[in-house]
Amino acid sequence: MSKNGKVFVIPCSGIGKALGTVGRTATYEVVEKLRPNEATTICLPLLTIGDEAILKLTRNNPCISVDGCPLQCARKNIEASEGKLAASFMVTDVLRENRSLKPEAVTELGPKGLKLASILAEKIAAQIDEINKNDR
Amino acid sequence: MAIVTDKVGIVSCSGEDLPEGTISRIATRIVMEKLRPDDTVTICLPLFLAGSEDERAFAKVFPTIAVDGCDKKCAEVGTNKYSGKPVATVVVSEIMKKYPHLKVKSRDKLSAEEKELALKVAEEIATKVDEVLGRKK
Ligand code: SF4
Ligand code: SF4
Repeated sequence: MSKNGKVFVIPCSGIGKALGTVGRTATYEVVEKLRPNEATTICLPLLTIGDEAILKLTRNNPCISVDGCPLQCARKNIEASEGKLAASFMVTDVLRENRSLKPEAVTELGPKGLKLASILAEKIAAQIDEINKNDR
Repeated sequence: MAIVTDKVGIVSCSGEDLPEGTISRIATRIVMEKLRPDDTVTICLPLFLAGSEDERAFAKVFPTIAVDGCDKKCAEVGTNKYSGKPVATVVVSEIMKKYPHLKVKSRDKLSAEEKELALKVAEEIATKVDEVLGRKK
């Protein structure tokens, strides 16, 4: 199915930090369960390498960055590629609001990490509704 | 800049959109956590564009293996573009051809088959690590 016309939720997937996995898991929850018809994702590294087809898609559709830490790689990759950045999330912000939900590891988030991902997913889904209401 | 010769850098694509990208990411973690924990270091690939010169020095400091989900080879291309030429590349979709019975479908939670494939990929990465370090295990 074409990705054009959807909101692009783009996580950083940070391999060095469990918070990168939280962003990735939250993204799948949004694009596969909460808003499958309104949202999609892409491989962030395609932006890093400047893939033409992906550059075009992210310039023409609203993008939401989901970053594991304040280095904000997804956000910066979208900005550097001149993508249409509509909103940004940082897992560290959501963790600050839910201090008891510390994820266990990069490969296995554990129940607390999964709960944190679900809370983030709900926030992203609400943001998608907002974008669709206001923007288009 | 000091060149490190007793550790190997591993740069994995994150492949959010493809199950193969999830395998490359998990396989890399298996190498780092279980198979060769003392011999390997990693870096988040998007940091090459988002980070500083320190991050971009990675493949100049460490001999680096790129691990990619598919033939777009984002980790190899990105490492080469921003940091330095990888000494080797492992491509999950190529390794999958050797194990046609292992089907890969999920991008999120890995099935038993997907975990088995991730381990096969991790073993190939570990073999490359040994080659780069001039060791036989
Ligand atoms: S934002 Fe942080 S966790 Fe995510 S890829 Fe960048 S450095 Fe890694
Ligand atoms: S190499 Fe393939 S799977 Fe990996 S990030 Fe690039 S397009 Fe995605």
